[in-house]
Amino acid sequence: MNTTSTRPRVLVLSARGTNRDLELAAAFELVGADAEIRLVTQLRRDEGDWSGYQLVAVPGGFSHGDALGAGRLLGLDLATWFGDRLRGHIERGRPVIGICNGFQALVRAGFLPGGPAGGCEEPAVLTHNESGRFECRWVDLLPEPISPWTASLDGPLRCPVAHGEGRWVGPVDRVALRYAEPKGNGPAGGAYPANPNGSIDDVAGVVDATGLVLGLMPHPEDHVLARHDPHRRRGSARQGSCLPLFEAGVAHAAHT
Amino acid sequence: MPHRLVIGSRLGAQHREVELAGLARASGHPVRTIEIHDLVHLEGELDDVELDRLARLLLVDAVHEVVAPSSTDERLVVETGLRPGVTDVAAEELVGAAHRLGIAGLRRATSGRRYVIDADVDLDTEALSTDLLMNPVIERWAEGELEPSFVEAPPVEPGIDRIDVTLLDDDALLDLDGERGLSLSLPELRAVRAHFVSVGREPTDAELEAIAQTWSEHCCHKTFRALIAYPDGTVVDGLLDALRGATDRLDRSWVVSAFEGDAGVIVLDDDVEIAVKVETHNHPSAVEPFGGANTGVGGVVRDVVASSSKPIALTDVLCFGPTDLDHADVPPGVLHPARVRSGVVDGVGDYGNKIGVPNVAGAVIHDPGYITTPLVFCGCIGARPRGTVDGVIPADGDAIVVLGGAVGRDGVGGATFSSRAMGADTVETAGSSVQIGAPIVEKGVIDVIVAAGEAGWYRSITDCGAGGLSSSVGELAEGVGATVDLDLVPRKYAGLAPWEVWLSEAQERVVCAVPPQHVDAVRALAADHEVDASVIGTFGGERLVVTAGDLPVIDLDLGFLHGGRPRTELTAHHPSTDRPVRRSLPELDPERALLDLLAHPSLRSVEDVVRTYDHEVLGGTVVRPTTGVHLDAPADGTVVVPPGSTSGRGVAIGVGVNAVWGRLDAQAMAECVVDEAIRNAVAAGADPERIALLDNFSWGNPRDPEELGRLVAAVDGCVAGSLAHEAPFICGKDSLNNVYVHPDGTADPVPPTLVITAVGVVPDVERTTSSDPTGAGRLLYLVGSADPVLGGSHLDLVLGTDHGGDVPTADPSAPASYRALHGAIAGGLVDACHDLSEGGVAVAAAEMAVGGDLGVEVAVADPGDPVAALFGEACGRLLVAVAVEHAERFEDALPDAQLVGRTSDDRRVRLAVDGHDLIDLPLDAVRMARQGRRP
Repeated sequence: MNTTSTRPRVLVLSARGTNRDLELAAAFELVGADAEIRLVTQLRRDEGDWSGYQLVAVPGGFSHGDALGAGRLLGLDLATWFGDRLRGHIERGRPVIGICNGFQALVRAGFLPGGPAGGCEEPAVLTHNESGRFECRWVDLLPEPISPWTASLDGPLRCPVAHGEGRWVGPVDRVALRYAEPKGNGPAGGAYPANPNGSIDDVAGVVDATGLVLGLMPHPEDHVLARHDPHRRRGSARQGSCLPLFEAGVAHAAHT
Repeated sequence: MPHRLVIGSRLGAQHREVELAGLARASGHPVRTIEIHDLVHLEGELDDVELDRLARLLLVDAVHEVVAPSSTDERLVVETGLRPGVTDVAAEELVGAAHRLGIAGLRRATSGRRYVIDADVDLDTEALSTDLLMNPVIERWAEGELEPSFVEAPPVEPGIDRIDVTLLDDDALLDLDGERGLSLSLPELRAVRAHFVSVGREPTDAELEAIAQTWSEHCCHKTFRALIAYPDGTVVDGLLDALRGATDRLDRSWVVSAFEGDAGVIVLDDDVEIAVKVETHNHPSAVEPFGGANTGVGGVVRDVVASSSKPIALTDVLCFGPTDLDHADVPPGVLHPARVRSGVVDGVGDYGNKIGVPNVAGAVIHDPGYITTPLVFCGCIGARPRGTVDGVIPADGDAIVVLGGAVGRDGVGGATFSSRAMGADTVETAGSSVQIGAPIVEKGVIDVIVAAGEAGWYRSITDCGAGGLSSSVGELAEGVGATVDLDLVPRKYAGLAPWEVWLSEAQERVVCAVPPQHVDAVRALAADHEVDASVIGTFGGERLVVTAGDLPVIDLDLGFLHGGRPRTELTAHHPSTDRPVRRSLPELDPERALLDLLAHPSLRSVEDVVRTYDHEVLGGTVVRPTTGVHLDAPADGTVVVPPGSTSGRGVAIGVGVNAVWGRLDAQAMAECVVDEAIRNAVAAGADPERIALLDNFSWGNPRDPEELGRLVAAVDGCVAGSLAHEAPFICGKDSLNNVYVHPDGTADPVPPTLVITAVGVVPDVERTTSSDPTGAGRLLYLVGSADPVLGGSHLDLVLGTDHGGDVPTADPSAPASYRALHGAIAGGLVDACHDLSEGGVAVAAAEMAVGGDLGVEVAVADPGDPVAALFGEACGRLLVAVAVEHAERFEDALPDAQLVGRTSDDRRVRLAVDGHDLIDLPLDAVRMARQGRRP
């Protein structure tokens, strides 16, 4: 192992009930970052700021069982215990990603549109899917180049969603990813199942005013290898279609 | 006086509200609309400012929710809440979060629901409530406002009772057994009496309960260890030994652990071993489907964790009655199959999704035999480092550490409950035997155990499931002894008797033996993961000694506890397998029969189930439960890769089960489902030289000689199948006494059901296959030469009549042909591959067309009955799609495979028998039928 490497350090913030931390860390490792999974309890003990991390990632799962609503208690953690550290991180121009439950928590904590730090005061929430059910299915995503995370993406992404509360109700002026028709020809137009949850304007992911904080419901970390693709027997892709998203985030982080 | 808060949606009618109103109308309650509000009760010293903060920060999201007024217009209001003592996860999280916010005055909370019901006519409120709004096993209801209810401590803490047994005669012993629900037999009761006569004292209530639990069918498998005699003098000396004997004979070097510990273990590659366990959770799922299925998943996951493994995949096989059953035909005390199905599916999904383990394989079966006794088989696959050592006995002085939740009255007597028949009054008596899961607690326990295992901080470990501490500590203490102080066991509420603490089946707990020097490290690790870790005693001292503070509770000789049970002796009869000769069906419309088969609830798409399960989490899923261009076709087997594994190998999982054949010929059924499970795994890419098997029996009363005879025959079939395929059994579980007793006393046993799970090694996950051809012009080969038959077939199920005929039997050529097929798959010669099971070649061809989103033409020979040619079932058969350029090499590899057709561009499903075109259907009609819809 090269101990003098300049691999960007990624903080993967794991709460009680977080469960996609391992594969998210693995996705960052795959694109040349060093990912550290730290528990909320450990981060609370550790008084230091987060200046040693170039990127902060909040993974999916069911933090605190989502017992009082998806992401609500983790959002409270982020806002109260880690609010200053996360704001400092963003002020340093460093990227943040929240996926699924992490997205829900960042919205609750006000770091995305809908909250004071998100740059858009119109309130927002991720609520129960229109189908009323948890849905696990593969979706196509169209990126908008409004963020360091998505500016360099040149085509649609494919990856699974796995959530029961992913329907975006809120502003639509900072949309970074939209659910798309199969093969990515155009937005899903609200049609189920291409839009799996009934989000308005097919919103799958949004960014804050700086563009640094990306929140999205689908799981790009579950399509970073060719073997993840359920259609690999019909194609010849040598890598997962979501790898460039992580490359873009880490590339931006490396320059901060 | 507790504070009340009602929270409603401001987004208009929600899907679940519309769905609930529809369900109510369908079950005879003429409602117009139902609104569902959340109901919260808060107890404690709270001022208005604190109440407002609680509501704003923790309960109400202003974007889409609103605090609703408690009083409404003229509409009917029903409120529901959990019974006191039932785990209330939302309330626990709420109290914890309030304390973190500095609102220390909140003492207790409850969560519930408020239903506001609009109807034109008067409703039967009680029937509506119990049919749809709540389950009396775990919940209470009221018209109007529901008063909250908490467990209140009794004025005097309960102590221990001495139970007089030494002077009782046999009749009095049996009376005692009935009063306390011990479920012991007379010879066992006599052994208990003799033991306490010999030690010269009476047992405590805790000792008696601990013995009953240790000796329960659920915990020690009396039937599978019993001596079974036939009237002709034949004797079967232990069914478990028969299965084990086959495994010993096969002597496969890659089997690490078989029939020992909590799970079976095989080698995956140089670095990783795979642990597997499948469990049944039938009775609890019948009376409280969500909670029963929830804890079914939780229990089997802990078994795998207790094999020092990290869970990487889940499976579930579910057997229900017909979901369109007329409500008037539902027997008393039984929940409607649609409600059971919806609750079980939600319970399985909720738990797996929350612990973050993908649910990748299984089956959903519907048969009238499961109306009174639905079956839930939950499985878990785990990964652990090569060379992990199992079954280490704790050392003298090791701390007894309990990780996980606190105990309540949950599931007290669950092991003995599971070992009894069900009846109309079961709901009344089951209340305390049913638990609710807390998957987030389990997730923490998993993470702590995996990390502690990597660090080498515990010496031995076991799951704390059925029988609670009695079972887990009792098991670990065998050979070393243990001393426990029950005052050190964390409780959910005061007022538990010592024996209840010892026997409580509170979920999400494991027990470890931790050497003293690592206790602090384990505690710190658990604290980081917000998991409770309690040291409740020490191993050593040879006896089992339990106190509650200074109060002696148990002092038992472990040799008696584990070895003092007299062996069960049972009588069996050879079951008749005579079948009437098959009647021919000349009038059958083959196209209509195919569409009916595809639309049958046991065959149709299970997307509505599997899409509610996260099958992607951990990023290791390679072959999914659904496949094809639109991911709407069934996969045979599924394949997962353990996280971090670098060898390129994967784990294939195949399942075999049949609800009908067991009643007709149990031995043939067992051989066929073994074959089916292996075939499914091979079809996904598993190497048939590296497949291990698990058996799960759900049977009726073993004291009925006919039922027992069928069980012995099924075990014979398992052994024969295992030896023929050289696939060893590594683990099994039986669930007996699955009998419903009608109010008139007639007994209704479950259909004899055997679930076989095949777990195989895929040598290269780049070379997996699935059932969907990837293009037109592929050649279709039929592998397997057994003649298809219609006895006990799904065609008869769809037609609603048994037209007679023998059921399928094992195909002796199957093992060789699976090896050849695997060679072809591994060599990249196979484009797609689908097993022929329910509905024969016609259904398989139709499913391949759906998966490939293309046309399929198949022409087969007539085995004497064209209907059997299309829809007959047999062992050992698969339909394999091969690209033209690989055809020659494929035919060399499988010279007996018959070329029967090809895939085409024209999006039609065509089948011919002996040159006669019998089926020609558009793909869209086939696809719609699979969704349960007809044109």
